Amino acid sequence: MSPRVTFPHKVLPYLLVAPQLAITGVFFYWPASQAIYQSTLREDPFGLNSAFVGLDNFRRVLSDPNYVNSIQVTAIFTVATALLAMAVALFLAVMVDKVIRGRDFYRTLMIWPYAVAPAIAGMLWLFMFNPSMGTFAYMLRSAGVYWDPLLNGNQAMLLVIVAAAWKQISYNFLFFVAGLQAIPKTLVEAAAIDGAGETKRFWTIIFPLLAPTTFFLLVINTTYAFFDTFGIIHAVTGGGPGKSTETLVYKVYNDGFVNLILGDSAAQSVILMVIVIALTAIQFRYVEKKVHYG
Amino acid sequence: MAEAQGQAKGAAVALGRREDGAMIGIPRRSRYIAHVALILGILIVAFPIYYTFVASTHSLQTILRPPLPLLPGREFFNNYYEALFGGVGRIGGVDVWTLLLNSTIVALGIAIGKIIISLLSAYAIVFFRFPLRMVFFWLIFITLMLPVEVRILPTYKVMVDLNLIDTYTGLIVPLIASATATLLFRQFFLTIPGELVEAARVDGAGPWRFFKDILLPLSRTNIAALFVILFIYGWTQYLWPLLVTNRNDMNTIVIALRKMISFADADTQWHLVMVTCMLAIVPPVLVVVLMQRWFVRGLVETEK
Repeated sequence: MSPRVTFPHKVLPYLLVAPQLAITGVFFYWPASQAIYQSTLREDPFGLNSAFVGLDNFRRVLSDPNYVNSIQVTAIFTVATALLAMAVALFLAVMVDKVIRGRDFYRTLMIWPYAVAPAIAGMLWLFMFNPSMGTFAYMLRSAGVYWDPLLNGNQAMLLVIVAAAWKQISYNFLFFVAGLQAIPKTLVEAAAIDGAGETKRFWTIIFPLLAPTTFFLLVINTTYAFFDTFGIIHAVTGGGPGKSTETLVYKVYNDGFVNLILGDSAAQSVILMVIVIALTAIQFRYVEKKVHYG
Repeated sequence: MAEAQGQAKGAAVALGRREDGAMIGIPRRSRYIAHVALILGILIVAFPIYYTFVASTHSLQTILRPPLPLLPGREFFNNYYEALFGGVGRIGGVDVWTLLLNSTIVALGIAIGKIIISLLSAYAIVFFRFPLRMVFFWLIFITLMLPVEVRILPTYKVMVDLNLIDTYTGLIVPLIASATATLLFRQFFLTIPGELVEAARVDGAGPWRFFKDILLPLSRTNIAALFVILFIYGWTQYLWPLLVTNRNDMNTIVIALRKMISFADADTQWHLVMVTCMLAIVPPVLVVVLMQRWFVRGLVETEK
């Protein structure tokens, strides 16, 4: 490729990037550097003095049983949400790939949850399963199940997982449909002529060829469950009952804004930052790979 | 070769391939099963929204006595009228219109603001050569790794210092800088042939002329796709508006709803909560459904 033709201007390009750089500097780099700085400070309870304590905050945070609990909660929540959202979406995408008529109709109805805010998704599921007025809570109780997500931690976890996964089905569905369309039909038909049944074709041809899409979605869903589900947890359980649904992001918010433990909250922020960097790195390695194969 | 084709054709006929474009190896029966599975799937996916709609058309008494009927009730006009125009549906003294207006301003502000500043910076990075160009590119790129959630408190402090709490500027501006839109436009601009720039320059077009008359029209589809994605992003924001608004009249509708249910007690007007819920869901759903073509293309192609 020949070198790009460009405009010979000296000042203009700086003016063009200035707005984005200004906002990025003020609202991204400055606060992020403050978070790192504060994570090495310890404030007294009145917020009057602060002293440099090195990595003490990290040591304390990582040995805090509440933080360890929060790591476990996040792990369970993330894995369950990602698997559920992806499994349902993959199943529906495979079904849509089989039909001839009505694809657009199904797709239109399938993308609704994408537009629903996570917090509202949580509220919708809470309405249905609220122990005092939810229809499904009523049905569960009639069936003899003792259902009360406001008191039972496992049930609360189940509720937020289902709500979080529900909201993500649309997104995964669209990507799986696109992924399935990219698989050469001749390959699948050849296997059919050789006598492979539908189930066998799925597991030996379609599923392996979908691997890039699946892996991409796995990263996206993990990021989603980590960060974008704050609204669901805040609106439905508030981290409770007990600390049974307190994820890492919720804990940063809670320690910083509600309990006002600045040093600990900052240290937690820095740990989260490391996790995001790792996730982004994985995502971009994958994107490169896909370009290579594509 | 011809023989093989003949065999394949024979096999296709044997496997029940029809002339309507159906794939080999998928008998009609499994297509019917697929339809049934899809209808069930849609029922599950759409049910929570339908349930809320049904609840929004019943009286408070019906809602409080489960199970809820499966069909809409007779209170549709009463409930919606009361929530929209009555004094009762107010949340902390704020009517639903203010909340809807706030959400619309925030969503539009974020979508339009992000598109403009990303277009400009991508334009600079692709069509100009200047010192520090790649440094700027990386500075923008790295913001991908700094979501609000990892810098909550310090960002809040910046907002307080700049007096941006309870302002539209505070709700919008910090969210309009992000790497994804810039990266998307950069990628697209790189596919524009250099001959086009050369031709424009030979014809005496300056950078502004080129941007306005050539680049913008070419980017129309990308802008439309990005607009849908960013509108939804802005409308569904939660953590940020929760942090930077204290006054009830600056709340977005999502935050106000959460406040309505968090004071839930015997007096909560559940039927009006349900109406408010529908009002918070319908605008972004309409945007996605009506602009579906661009939305799906933009989403799957940009892998945002």
